[in-house]
Amino acid sequence: MNEPGRVWRLGDRIDTDVLAPGSLMKLDARTLATHCLKSVRPDFAAQVRPGDVIVADEAFGIGSSREQAAISLKVLGVRAVLARSFARIFFRNAFNQGLPAIICPAAVTARDGDRVSLDLAAGRAFNHSSGEAYEFAPIPEHLMRIVSAGGLMPYLKRTLERG
Amino acid sequence: MTATTLVEKIIARASGLASVKTGDIVTCKVDLAFAHDSSGPRRWKPMLEELGTGLWDPSRVVIASDHYVPAVDAESAAILKLTRDFVREQRVGRFFDMKGIAHTLLPAHGLLKPGMFVAGGDSHSCHGGAFGCYISGYGAADMAAIVATGETWINVPAVDLVRLDGDMPDGVTSKDIMLRLCRELGMDNAFRAVEFSGSSVAGMPMDERMVLSNMTAELGYDAGVIAPDAITLEHIRAHGGEADDALLSWRSDEGALFARRHVLDVAGLAPQVAAPHSPANAGPAMDANGVRIDQAYVGACVGAKLEDLRMVARVLEGRQVAAGVRLLVAPASTQITEQASREGVLATILAAGGTLLPSGCGACAGMGAGLLAEGEVCISTTNRNFKGRMGHDGAEVWLASPYTVAASAVAGEIRDPRGLLSERRAP
Repeated sequence: MNEPGRVWRLGDRIDTDVLAPGSLMKLDARTLATHCLKSVRPDFAAQVRPGDVIVADEAFGIGSSREQAAISLKVLGVRAVLARSFARIFFRNAFNQGLPAIICPAAVTARDGDRVSLDLAAGRAFNHSSGEAYEFAPIPEHLMRIVSAGGLMPYLKRTLERG
Repeated sequence: MTATTLVEKIIARASGLASVKTGDIVTCKVDLAFAHDSSGPRRWKPMLEELGTGLWDPSRVVIASDHYVPAVDAESAAILKLTRDFVREQRVGRFFDMKGIAHTLLPAHGLLKPGMFVAGGDSHSCHGGAFGCYISGYGAADMAAIVATGETWINVPAVDLVRLDGDMPDGVTSKDIMLRLCRELGMDNAFRAVEFSGSSVAGMPMDERMVLSNMTAELGYDAGVIAPDAITLEHIRAHGGEADDALLSWRSDEGALFARRHVLDVAGLAPQVAAPHSPANAGPAMDANGVRIDQAYVGACVGAKLEDLRMVARVLEGRQVAAGVRLLVAPASTQITEQASREGVLATILAAGGTLLPSGCGACAGMGAGLLAEGEVCISTTNRNFKGRMGHDGAEVWLASPYTVAASAVAGEIRDPRGLLSERRAP
């Protein structure tokens, strides 16, 4: 288990336009990230701290293929997103950026500001504020390798170099 | 041999396996990869440089500049220039520079065929699934890896079947079907794929079938497919592609097992609208009659094909856009603009007071002309009405068919189009 991070509790269908607005896609990653979740949680980008986790309901990341949705969360230091379910492209984009997207319906009882730590390999999260343990299916091996390498590009670079 | 679905057959072929089953993680060889100016070269270039490699097979890569077109400032001009330079340096097989939307251009050049495994750098890549290929969207890192190696991993999806039966009533379109399905099936269908079949699908031209596969993105499916028939092959041949009759064997076997089956009675369907800010907020257009609008928008891969412009013109013929309302029309490709012009469809739209915009993703992607101010209301032929997508967070977007958008433009408020379509007009 790692150091606990604070929970940002979000709802259903947090879409990619909310995570990374289309009209701002020309901005660099760091500036774009300051607009992340602005229309649903205006305080998020300024208040989020490295190691915090997002807990959400269904279809997190639905919408566009824009990877900036996952990159913005990564840039802001979010450790992981736990959700009842994810949109497929966001799910892949998150792992490709080294950001674990964890399907964990049990975690939806967490409340804003709770302190949660994670053990990805064991498939377990612990809510220090409520005393609840959340089980989830361990991250598949091929995705764990990508996360451990820090994302798809570092992983692929290593694979290509090894031939 | 066990009976197999079309989706499983394509994935098995692409992964070189005798058979695949739901949940398997397999590596597929990609037959065609495409992206646009926003998701493609400008994101791929630094990643390919980091990897120290180029394109695995330039002849299998297609790029279309459709997001930042035409350039409206120095930043968008720089993105378009980078895209052109990349295409030249990497000898990309096909490049469409400001010719329209990628999803529209692939089938318009006969590039999609039954049985293919295709990867696109855009969430509406599933648009082309109407041609019986397995085609999905991916983010930029996945796409960079795909164009570098020619392959990608996928979870073999669970496959659902949606049967659409019955004759389409006049004024009802495949857009209405998809809005209705967003309500019935929800948007949480990741790691699943869907096949559409039934008598309604058999009767649809390809332009209408592509709306079904396009909006599988809104249902959250990985991909949506339609088995090929004579209409499919005819479309491929008419657009410069070769299509042997043997391609008709790309279909689900009799008795193939689907994870879920869903049936929609199309004959009983009324025109639909989706209220802000989700496609799943769909309901009968007549229940929204009277909602005042500021803008009517006809655009995007899903809603500005030739058939869509014909529907708009049919409503607008001899009528005028209401005072205080702006009707903006961005045809999905320059070729469609040309054809609509030849048919007189464009003249009808312009005579009614419509404004013609450049071909591209436009306001639907939050980038082009036609964005909304705080408090404004728009009815749109596009596929997404997320908060802030088409301009200000405080703008409201309703989704509807081209008929309903045109009827609303005339009425100045949301309007079920069936009244206008059946009304007798003085000669």
